[in-house]
Amino acid sequence: MKNLILTTAALALSAGFAMADTVRLGTEGAYPPFNFLNDDGEVDGFERELGDELCARAELTCEWVTNDWDSIIPNLVSGNYDAIIAGMSITDEREEVIDFTQNYTQPDPSAYMVLAGNEGLDVTDAVIAAQTNTIQAAFVADMGAQLVEFATPDETISAVRSGEADAVLADKSYLAPIAEENADLSLLDRDELIGGGIGMGLRESDEELRETFDAAIQSMKDDGSLNELIEKWDVGETF
Amino acid sequence: MFSYCTDPDTLSGLTWLSCYLTTGKHMALYGSFGTVLLLLAITAPTALALGFVGASAARSHIAPLSWLGKFYIAIVRGVPDIAFFLFFVIALDQGIEYLRHKLRCPDWSEPIRQGNDFVVCSAAKMPLSTAPQWLHEIYGFGLAVVTFAIVFGAFAANVLFGAMRAVPRAQIETAEAYGMSRRQAFWRVLVPQMWIYALPGLSNLWMVLIKATPLLFLLGVEDIVYWARELGGAKTARFTSYPHPDWRMWYFLALLVFYLVFTRVSEVALERLTRRLSRGQATAAGEALRKAATT
Amino acid sequence: MSCWQTIQDYGLRSLGYGERLLPRSDFTLCQQFTLIGSGLLWNIYFAVLALLAGFVLANALAVAKGAKTPILRKPAEWFIFVFRGSPLFIQFFFGYFLFLSLKGVSPVFTPFTSAALGALVVLFFNTSAYSAEIFHGALRSVPKGDLEAADAYGFSGLARFRRIVWPTAMRLAWPAYTNEAIFLFHATVLVFFSGFPAWQQKGDALYYASYFADKTFNPFIPYPILAGYFILLTLLIIGIFGLINRHLNRHLPQDARQRLRFRPNLIR
Repeated sequence: MKNLILTTAALALSAGFAMADTVRLGTEGAYPPFNFLNDDGEVDGFERELGDELCARAELTCEWVTNDWDSIIPNLVSGNYDAIIAGMSITDEREEVIDFTQNYTQPDPSAYMVLAGNEGLDVTDAVIAAQTNTIQAAFVADMGAQLVEFATPDETISAVRSGEADAVLADKSYLAPIAEENADLSLLDRDELIGGGIGMGLRESDEELRETFDAAIQSMKDDGSLNELIEKWDVGETF
Repeated sequence: MFSYCTDPDTLSGLTWLSCYLTTGKHMALYGSFGTVLLLLAITAPTALALGFVGASAARSHIAPLSWLGKFYIAIVRGVPDIAFFLFFVIALDQGIEYLRHKLRCPDWSEPIRQGNDFVVCSAAKMPLSTAPQWLHEIYGFGLAVVTFAIVFGAFAANVLFGAMRAVPRAQIETAEAYGMSRRQAFWRVLVPQMWIYALPGLSNLWMVLIKATPLLFLLGVEDIVYWARELGGAKTARFTSYPHPDWRMWYFLALLVFYLVFTRVSEVALERLTRRLSRGQATAAGEALRKAATT
Repeated sequence: MSCWQTIQDYGLRSLGYGERLLPRSDFTLCQQFTLIGSGLLWNIYFAVLALLAGFVLANALAVAKGAKTPILRKPAEWFIFVFRGSPLFIQFFFGYFLFLSLKGVSPVFTPFTSAALGALVVLFFNTSAYSAEIFHGALRSVPKGDLEAADAYGFSGLARFRRIVWPTAMRLAWPAYTNEAIFLFHATVLVFFSGFPAWQQKGDALYYASYFADKTFNPFIPYPILAGYFILLTLLIIGIFGLINRHLNRHLPQDARQRLRFRPNLIR
């Protein structure tokens, strides 16, 4: 009898969980410090902590999914997950296809990284490496410098080391720890302000969820917990 | 994994390596070898079945069926597999959800395409959004299997189509002389004999299929290439206990060895299969086997 | 902007002529067709040159693999095994890596780090290995009667190979070689996709297709366009190789020709 009651209680509990819809969060898992896979193969980083906290505040059950960067938006609009939280800058082109919450980081400048000793480089007349199909690649093409595109961020850095490219242009918070730990690489003083801040991406038809997350981000901004996270992971200026 | 791995910074040499190679991420890499093998094990028979259907359709006497079979073979063979993988999986997923939507939610009034969004009722989601993660992964894997099978089914159909034509016409005529119907002659005479003609083509197809598996990551399955890239990339000490420079070369070298060994094993196995299938066949190889047995 | 203007601006963009910047917004179908078509020039370039050069090396390898002396046979066997036994994806990775290291040794290798030459070399080796295996099989299945007839006519050595063995082997290998040509053509899309970097947004058809897929967030337009182009060119390859096959078999009676075309294909 006791067993029976316990089972029904468990059933009621799990039914309650099922009512509160699981929200699937899509991320890339290859972009430290925002999101990356830790040694155990789990999603970790600034956005992991942020996402978990947002879900707790909004009382949602959340699940993390990794997806290739190239198809991260098509898979969102086709409904394979419900939100993108992957270091995605808010841009006008993306706004046309998906909706964003308010930004949860300040606009992050992009920086140039060169071989140590080459700090005098004139970037407008140099070979600049960037990852294919990023805002940085588009920026370099606009600027008129020689653009060379690689499929992964790792390859862009190898390109600078091997002399294929004079510099690599990428988000500053991605490059800074690399330049810090490697004596043969260093950052230029010149920064470029390309993207807006980073926000969560949601389907345009999913207004309710957007408002939920928006409110949760606002509450984290208000009580200062977002600033703590930003400082902990070193992802730019605080609010 | 090991008890001494709690503080990797103090380790060096082989102990460091033993800890490094047993992190959760590396376990995922080892597991993904299983994923690749499983994919091959499921895809090969599925593609073969699809190829058989395609080839039978292509040689059918009913014109629309024959066109359909030939169309399938020609179109899918004409497209590079990567290009096909890049859009087909999403299309397939949306197709399945669309059908389920029509079945499950007939009273749904809102449009399915809202601007860029593809919105179906939550009961039609595949799998349901409440389903645990492993179900999502199995579903993704299933989509990958279907996509691979459709692509390689077209190549298999082409091989089987040729093999069916290669069975000597006299064999069919003899079957007809014995009073077999078209259907009987097909199943009892043509099909058992065509395999030996199809085998060289099918073995090559198997080799191509093995070498197409690095494309799995395009289909959203975390395969060996995904993990090799992930693990091999340079790691800074802030985000891992095991920082290292760009080691992709070593990981890709391991993959290279894996593929070479796998190819070699397949070659040996297929060689044996060819010998077995040649037994009792009206071909030169079958004749040689017969002679060897009698003398 | 009219479509004709778009073609003038972007028709040769993949080679670096025309507009410097790729379209940014208001993407039209015409732009997608033009740029993806422009990228196709690279795929054709890779396929044609690798096939032509590969045909020569493949023949040499096939003969070497059939040689009695292990000095010739072993290297040929290993070359074929390594390039047939590993995914092209990994070959590109190592190819690029190797050329980068060689560049440090001698500036002679500098051009090899670009896709135009480096990827071509990898594709050339790859297709040589696959074709060599096909030709090797064909050389072994030259009918014994043909060889005996050649002996009876007093052919020997090089003349026998050049006039009798080789033409027959080519006839036997042709259907399988056609398939190899199609596979190689399809494999060219891997060049910029993984492996070699794209300079100044000059890439192949898949590069531009994924550019549009990324900018419009809609994979259902650019990739089918790419697929359409490839189907057309694959049909063209089948047509050209079919003509060569007819030429190779022109002396055979009509029904024998037909049979050869549908022989069980030793596809790759």
